[in-house]
Amino acid sequence: MKKYTYTETIDTRSGFGVGLAELGRTNPNVVALCADLVGSLKMAEFIKENPERFFQIGIAEANMMGIAAGLTIGGKIPFTGTFANFSTGRVYDQIRQSIAYSDKNVKICASHAGLTLGEDGATHQILEDIGLMKMLPGMTVINPCDFNQTKAATIAIAEYEGPVYLRFGRPKVPNFTPEDQKFEIGKAIMINEGTDVTIVATGHLVWEAILAGEELEKQGVSAEIINIHTIKPLDEEAILKSVAKTGCVVTAEEHNYLGGLGESVARTLVENTPAPQEFVATQDTFGESGTPAQLMDKYGLNSEAIIKAVTKVLKRK
Amino acid sequence: MPDTQQLNDLVTQVRRDIVRMVHKVNSGHPGGSLGCTEFFVALYNEVMELNDGFDMDGTGEDLFFLSNGHISPIFYSVLARKGYFPVDELNTFRLIDSRLQGHPTTHEGLPGVRVSSGSLGQGMSVAIGAALAKKLNKDNHLVFSLHGDGELQEGQNWEAIMYAAGNKVDNLIATIDYNGQQIDGATDDVLPMGDLKAKFKAFGWDVMEIEKGNDLEAVIAGLNEAKSRTGKGKPVCVLLHTIMGHGVDFMMGTHAWHGKAPNDEQLEQALAQNAETLGDY
Repeated sequence: MKKYTYTETIDTRSGFGVGLAELGRTNPNVVALCADLVGSLKMAEFIKENPERFFQIGIAEANMMGIAAGLTIGGKIPFTGTFANFSTGRVYDQIRQSIAYSDKNVKICASHAGLTLGEDGATHQILEDIGLMKMLPGMTVINPCDFNQTKAATIAIAEYEGPVYLRFGRPKVPNFTPEDQKFEIGKAIMINEGTDVTIVATGHLVWEAILAGEELEKQGVSAEIINIHTIKPLDEEAILKSVAKTGCVVTAEEHNYLGGLGESVARTLVENTPAPQEFVATQDTFGESGTPAQLMDKYGLNSEAIIKAVTKVLKRK
Repeated sequence: MPDTQQLNDLVTQVRRDIVRMVHKVNSGHPGGSLGCTEFFVALYNEVMELNDGFDMDGTGEDLFFLSNGHISPIFYSVLARKGYFPVDELNTFRLIDSRLQGHPTTHEGLPGVRVSSGSLGQGMSVAIGAALAKKLNKDNHLVFSLHGDGELQEGQNWEAIMYAAGNKVDNLIATIDYNGQQIDGATDDVLPMGDLKAKFKAFGWDVMEIEKGNDLEAVIAGLNEAKSRTGKGKPVCVLLHTIMGHGVDFMMGTHAWHGKAPNDEQLEQALAQNAETLGDY
């Protein structure tokens, strides 16, 4: 098992904030919008340096999506910022008609995704957003795993022409990917090569997959671990190549098992070379209040759950 | 002073286009289209400063956004007759493989259309965004938008109305097609909206009315007046009093023709009331 270390734990949303600030310095067309969550989205640096390119919309997410669509007409590259819940479900029709169907170059940047939003509870913990967004034709869906990768993804999506959903989170998590990484949309990252099982993870579950891989190695199981930061377009080639070798797969995500990464992987396998699959994901349920760690334990989104799923899927090979 | 005879000929011809388009496919929305004919003809031929040709960014020209996208027949007819695409293409309205979708879209690349609309209530936000981009680009041109009065029942409008005033988006002229009708009946019966003028004013807009929204000269004069009110720290709202179905007597003033096509006999009646002037497509 390849060794992964980190020097700090830090939230992925801060990676977005730093990436956005860098874009503010390098790309004069980048503009930012926020619906009264500047602090939560870590947008302060961009705002301080580019006040004329920041639009405080107030608590009006539908209007924010429409204004973002309009700003593209004239060549701006708008980055909208609010919680994942209010970035997707609340404004689905605005995104669908004014952004996706209208082919607008809007970057929908969503913090506090999933259970790890924590104590605010289920009203704010969306576990359906990946599904909602990946179903929209032409929408790119990205869910990076740590601070460095979120920063790199934020910078990369400005260079890409088309609507993007960028999903990140609130809790401090290990920052283990390279600081100077080049982010390639749609390109899976090999975390560890193995032979017995493929673990395909996204977002906060990538680090949990690494912990699981280390434990599995002690049990004599060789896990191939893939970081899927882009759920759409999915790097099907990387998944198929790996599963051809290992013969089974566990998917891991902080999202409902309906509509998430797991279903995209399952579809890919079924269309090509079917293989046993287990899903580490929430089981068609809402979340609740609690600390992020408590919630990830209770809803089975950690390394232990991944190990259990691996044990199960290996028996199905 | 504009050559109103030529423009009135265009108005009549466009009305023929509208009823012929919806008749051919037995679907579409003639009522609101007919009511807004003078507005569209005036806007595209007299009021807006437009570049030759079409590019999405629309730099250095005025822009228009249709929020109540169901009145696509009038939009398509005026765009075609302005030269954005061949007039003959009006034959493809609502047909398979057409760029003239039931509701306007950018997806098929139809020149003149900058955003999809039809799901109501979204156009004002988009228009505000485009107006903000013009300010950022130091492009001293205006953004126009059109909204149904019934459409104002959608809450997103009021988010947009609040934002535009609060942020002094004063290069925006939003026109409300004030015909008092919506699909299920009179707006006052479906959901009374009260005093729209007072509402816009209370939100901080500069509000004006065009009482004769189906009188071409009055519409031109009103929209030019609206233009003169821009750049003064407030977005401008034009309450455009129109008669739904105007120009076809049996369609006038009723919601019945909101989304219904005329039959063969009704088409002939409608065409008889609007003599061919510039040539049918």
